Amino acid sequence: MATADIIHRCEELYEDLDFTAVRNWKDAEPGRKVIGYMPVYVPRELIHAAGMLPLGVLGGGDQLEVIHGDAYYQSYICRIPRSTVELAITKRLDFVDGMLFPSICDVIRNLSGMWKLMNPDVYVRYFDVPQNYSDEIGGEYYRNELEELKSGLENLAGTTISDDALRASIDVYNQNRDLVNDVYRLRAETPWKAPSAEVYLLMRAGMVLTVEEHSAMLRDYLDATLQEDRPQRDNCRVVVNGSFCEQPPLNLIKSIEMAGCYIVDDDYMLVTRWLQEPVPTDGDPLLNLARAFLHHSADTAARYCSCDAEVGQFLLDSVTRTGAEGVIFAAPSFCDPALLERPMLVDRMAEHDIPSISFKYAENSGQMQPIREQAGTFADSIKLWS
Amino acid sequence: MAANTQTQAIKESSMLKQKEMIAANYDALTSTAESGRKVASTFVPGNLNELIMCFDMLNNLPEINAINNGMRKKSGAMIMDAEKRGHSEDVCTYVKADLGMMSKGNVAPNGKPMPAPDLLMLSYTGCFTFMKWFELLRHEYGCETVMLQVPYEGDGQITRNMRDYVVKQLKDVVIPAFERVSGVKFDIDRLREYLKQSAAAEDDLVWVLESAKHVRSPIDAYFGGVYYIGPIFTAFRGTQDAVDYYRILRGEIEQRIAAGQGPITPEGDMPEEKFRLVVEGPPNWTSFRDFWKMFYEEGAVVVASTYTKVGGVYDQGFRHDPEHPLESLADYCLGCYTNRNLPQRVDLLSQYVDEYKADGVLINSIKSCNSFSAGQLLMMREIENRSGKPAAFIETDLVDPRYFSAANVKNRLESYFQMIEQRRKSPAAA
Ligand code: SF4
Ligand code: SF4
Repeated sequence: MATADIIHRCEELYEDLDFTAVRNWKDAEPGRKVIGYMPVYVPRELIHAAGMLPLGVLGGGDQLEVIHGDAYYQSYICRIPRSTVELAITKRLDFVDGMLFPSICDVIRNLSGMWKLMNPDVYVRYFDVPQNYSDEIGGEYYRNELEELKSGLENLAGTTISDDALRASIDVYNQNRDLVNDVYRLRAETPWKAPSAEVYLLMRAGMVLTVEEHSAMLRDYLDATLQEDRPQRDNCRVVVNGSFCEQPPLNLIKSIEMAGCYIVDDDYMLVTRWLQEPVPTDGDPLLNLARAFLHHSADTAARYCSCDAEVGQFLLDSVTRTGAEGVIFAAPSFCDPALLERPMLVDRMAEHDIPSISFKYAENSGQMQPIREQAGTFADSIKLWS
Repeated sequence: MAANTQTQAIKESSMLKQKEMIAANYDALTSTAESGRKVASTFVPGNLNELIMCFDMLNNLPEINAINNGMRKKSGAMIMDAEKRGHSEDVCTYVKADLGMMSKGNVAPNGKPMPAPDLLMLSYTGCFTFMKWFELLRHEYGCETVMLQVPYEGDGQITRNMRDYVVKQLKDVVIPAFERVSGVKFDIDRLREYLKQSAAAEDDLVWVLESAKHVRSPIDAYFGGVYYIGPIFTAFRGTQDAVDYYRILRGEIEQRIAAGQGPITPEGDMPEEKFRLVVEGPPNWTSFRDFWKMFYEEGAVVVASTYTKVGGVYDQGFRHDPEHPLESLADYCLGCYTNRNLPQRVDLLSQYVDEYKADGVLINSIKSCNSFSAGQLLMMREIENRSGKPAAFIETDLVDPRYFSAANVKNRLESYFQMIEQRRKSPAAA
């Protein structure tokens, strides 16, 4: 299969705000259940082990006309909750049996309560994660939280999740993470072979497909790129940071690349690679998931850094690993975590002479010209000075 | 007349008492170079004042500094200063007022510079911004930071796992950090004594807040309420001063009830109670007096508010408990208003409308504060449906004067009061 065919399928999935693929999966066998989750991280292994499909809910993007959602949010709150509410009110999420709201910010946190009020028949869980990273303290708390989530899912599924089933699911997700990392590595090494818009769409597909299907798709893509020759451009290499929750419009990603920047790393849909090491498949699976979270997580502004030296280290490592020449801080308007952390990250980059630019977007931003100009000037300045 | 004079004298005594307490606290904070005392900066919701006192340390609350600067009309320039230095216009203005204050010399209301904190006690209760706020301060001060993560009541209850987690952090992380920084060994009996005093003050505070159930309320539980909660939410909970303050205050309110008086306003006693409101959300601080005036001029009294519960929902029964010191600190942190989920907040507000015989709920939605504001429009509709009483929505900010539009707020309030009157006249209301 050619990359174009694979990406075409991803585009269809991306544009389908009725989630037909997920509905079809659910309808294929009686009793199947779907659990929605919002950014940035949930242990999808547990949902999978319960025989259910995890569905990444990332707002309505720039395709959805938000009519009702605005009546739920003041103008100074970001877009993703209002378009997510819109998806619910327009019954686009009516097949979803449960929703998980990870602890990422006060908006998502409060949305969990709104969901309870609006959908009293749906299983809703605010999924709290530890900000204390010691095994005995944060680890124990988190393991118990996982236990509670597990029993909530078991009640919903009407079955128990055995340790073996969970180990098998961990294995399946380990494979998926490997493949995701392969795609990211391929792009970092040869960005012209895996354009960012394609990588983005591939990862978006992972939000709606079963993990097995997604892994197969990633394998196909990796194979297909080997067969294809694509022209290399004189672009500079940048890391995009701050887009871990509300998603930029696809056009924004394309615009950055068209303006002369290859995106060699990003924080879009971090759930696909939140755990940075394979999770062991022997022993206590909940403990393994807890340890992996504590000690091998990716970083975002939603996490507490226990010392100043750690702030920005993850980003710095990413810049070093990918050989990036600069950082584009692109955060959603009104995104507290990203915008509060940004000045510290900017400082950290400056300490290491890594140039950066900053802008804000909304998932439905239409005007790309200013971003293209800013990114273009940034690319030119990098080329001039490097 | 005699009763009036007496009330006036007693009123002054509670206010004077609070004033003295605050002045002494600022003096203590700004003289650490001489006294050698150590300072912990921490946040209001879920603060651990009793614990901080166990280590002879002083408690400095950046939100309170921001409020002070807001009321003294200094915060606008501080916020703009922070924005000029790269902080986004979209984020909480308390943070920017604090950072701006720092760059302007960190001057306390007594005109002397605040000391740099020896410890940033990140009590992470009910708001994500806290976490980044103290990371930003740590970046500036380079001092030790200790984090106490307080899980959110996502399912509307405190589970054993949550409580155990908080207690364990207190024992294994927070207390050792305080011991290290202060050089003072932790003494749990000392903590018990402070908690005993907290509970005594809390009893009187609840009595004062609940006095608003009288129809002709003797207090305003929002604008007046922010003064009443001052000591218990800040550096005084657990002190004899706080116990005394609330005892005096309670005496004053008892007298007001006996004399059939309404709340005190900046312009004297409120002559008439025409509207009884429940208010959700923090007040605006930069135009606090003008904002209040829009209420008392119309005869509107706030009989209950949620802002007065951010530092503890005592009226729902919680008391600090000397018998279970650490567990009770954990329950305190876990139970603060913004750590409660939206259905709980709707329940509480609906309960207030009912119990305080209110005419409706007014939401003051704060641009800065997603913790409070995200979801308030839905909350408003839910409360209206449940209580059958009209609700209204206004938008302001905490300490950023750019987001207080007096004309808009006044218009909204006037239409709201008219709406309440119309409802009263309608046959359905009878
Ligand atoms: S975009 Fe930012 S503020 Fe909005 S929900 Fe996501 S993390 Fe929260
Ligand atoms: S966001 Fe709200 S609760 Fe948090 S620091 Fe700002 S005002 Fe306080």
